[in-house]
Amino acid sequence: MTTAPHSHSSAGHHTASDFDTAESLARETTEGTVYNVSGGDWDEIAASAVKSDDERIIVNMGPQHPSTHGVLRLILEIDGETVTEARCGIGYLHTGIEKNLEFRTWTQGTTFVTRMDYLTPFFNETAYCLAVEKLLGITGDIPDRASVIRVMLMELNRLSSHLVAIATGGMELGATTIMIYGFRDRELILDIYELITGLRMNHAYIRPGGLAQDLPPGAVDQVRAFVKKMRKNLPEYDKLATGNPVFKGRMEGIGYLDLAGCMATGATGPIVRSAGLPHDLRKSQPYCGYEDYEFDIPTADTCDSYGRFLIRLEEMRQSLRIVEQCLDRLEPGPVMVADKKIAWPAQLALGPDGLGNSLDHIKKIMGTSMEALIHHFKLVTEGFRVPPGQAYAAVESPKGELGVHAVSDGGTRPYRVHFRDPSFTNLQAMAAMCEGGQVADVIVAVASIDPVMGGVDR
Amino acid sequence: MTERKNPEGPGPNGTEDAFPAQRDDTGEVIATRRGMFGANNGGDTTGYGGLVRTVRLPGASQRPYGGPGGGEEGFGAFDEIADELEGALDEQGLIPENVIDKTVVDRGELTFHIEREHLPVVARILRDDPALRFELCTGVSGVHFPGDKGRELHAVYHLRSITHNRLIRLEVSAPDADPHIPSLVDVYPTNDWHERETYDFFGLIFDGHPALTRIMMPDDWQGFPQRKDYPLGGIPVEYKGAQIPAPDQRRSYS
Repeated sequence: MTTAPHSHSSAGHHTASDFDTAESLARETTEGTVYNVSGGDWDEIAASAVKSDDERIIVNMGPQHPSTHGVLRLILEIDGETVTEARCGIGYLHTGIEKNLEFRTWTQGTTFVTRMDYLTPFFNETAYCLAVEKLLGITGDIPDRASVIRVMLMELNRLSSHLVAIATGGMELGATTIMIYGFRDRELILDIYELITGLRMNHAYIRPGGLAQDLPPGAVDQVRAFVKKMRKNLPEYDKLATGNPVFKGRMEGIGYLDLAGCMATGATGPIVRSAGLPHDLRKSQPYCGYEDYEFDIPTADTCDSYGRFLIRLEEMRQSLRIVEQCLDRLEPGPVMVADKKIAWPAQLALGPDGLGNSLDHIKKIMGTSMEALIHHFKLVTEGFRVPPGQAYAAVESPKGELGVHAVSDGGTRPYRVHFRDPSFTNLQAMAAMCEGGQVADVIVAVASIDPVMGGVDR
Repeated sequence: MTERKNPEGPGPNGTEDAFPAQRDDTGEVIATRRGMFGANNGGDTTGYGGLVRTVRLPGASQRPYGGPGGGEEGFGAFDEIADELEGALDEQGLIPENVIDKTVVDRGELTFHIEREHLPVVARILRDDPALRFELCTGVSGVHFPGDKGRELHAVYHLRSITHNRLIRLEVSAPDADPHIPSLVDVYPTNDWHERETYDFFGLIFDGHPALTRIMMPDDWQGFPQRKDYPLGGIPVEYKGAQIPAPDQRRSYS
């Protein structure tokens, strides 16, 4: 944290008057000016501090600060301990993903979008793929198994994202135990990701038309074991934090934003639900078959950080319910659309050099079917064409409405893809939540927004 | 303004009369492509180099627009929204045809193309009219169509009504030479950062925005990176002895 006095040059601030004494003791020597610094008269300092009541101090919190969730820069104007104005400086993690997408095929796009909000990769991928599928007009052709696995991964992802939100939020309050708990449980979920997609993050597993590949053997058992374990672990958060008076004392009434404020700032997700509105796209505009699952939308009416914490906890319980239903629903079947002009020929197998097309498939296309080889080559290098037009697809990410506006000009590459990331929009509410509060409460309020800068800056 | 009223595309007397018109002449021409594989550096050796295709975005739709809850004769929620909007515009003394350039229904989504000077009025009606009540704006997305002469820059807004559980899209365009669009921050404060972002990437100037500055790129950045004439950048990479060009220098098949 660095503090800088606002650049008033007029005398009368205590900083200036301190140096008056010092400057009077300066003398020139052959080595340059030498200052003798000594303490001032305490009464004089106190008197000048009283005089300078118009002084504004701007505190730059971040961008490199452990409690600002990544490279977020908070510009706070403070008066003593009170924050009088708060602004965000963002853009430190801007990587031009939207521009890069325009130079790769539609399928390669998932590799980029998964890196946006890196704590919710499956939501980014699903939202992007839903938009592409809408443009292609194949929304209804996605196999059930693919949709069920998408839902399962998204709900696991909701758990892991909320766990990080609670863990880092707790850590920023000084509650390191809850941080250990959160990351311990998230690790279990990352293990599942690794088993299913091969990677802990940045999966690119959900593809336009379905999934990159089917679940590996043992995945269902591991997810079942996880659900069982997580059901045991979740009450620990309640025991540790929910009724904890210190925890409550730090969070209750902090980061207040009522429904009118949410609507004005466009805040969605746990923030709007903490203001009492049960708005959740999974219920209101179901996608991927969410209308067939049973779950509740928790709300709170406290409009504060504590309410958001409780909502996240409850959403994790609901996500476990959905994951269980997914496991029961899994039927054998394809995980990619039948249209061979869209589906990559993915007869994948693990070889000595990693995952790739199976030797049988390569033998077939290289040896017996030249058309299959040409088709394979064109589909992978050139990509499929998407009819011109635009589409908007939105999913309920753990942070709120994640919208994708995709425009096609009929080519094999996206013409324009815009992500409406919930973190970006929700972060605008920071000023409304923090102004008038204390500096320490800024941390709590920002933690309750749960912004991820990869998503904010893209 | 007169060009856009003519959806026929290249006419028989136009400069591009050598091109065969598509059979389906509806829609808005945004580009013309030659050849089959979009090779624009190096010769096209495929024999399809003479092929000419126009790229058209979906054109204006006719009533009934349909939409969710469509009953007999295809009238649905989209017609309700359009009726309410036109009625409210009438009440304000505006002629709907002058405000709504065209209405497009495509892929189950409703898009109103709005004349830019009327955008704030339309947004306010959409937000405040009890029958419309689009409380939530999900921000603005810019799109750059260099081939769409006179309306190169598009700003696309998605509005969500939680009350009625609906989603619509507003599209506004501005020419490259005069990239001004009225700001919606007064109506939807959430658009503050979104408009800054669109300004940052496309150079669209939102008149009336309280502090239209760059938000992602450094303050002293030159140019607007998401425009189509702005290169992606990148350097060629050597891999196993071969040079692989930067992504924007590679052959594209569109």
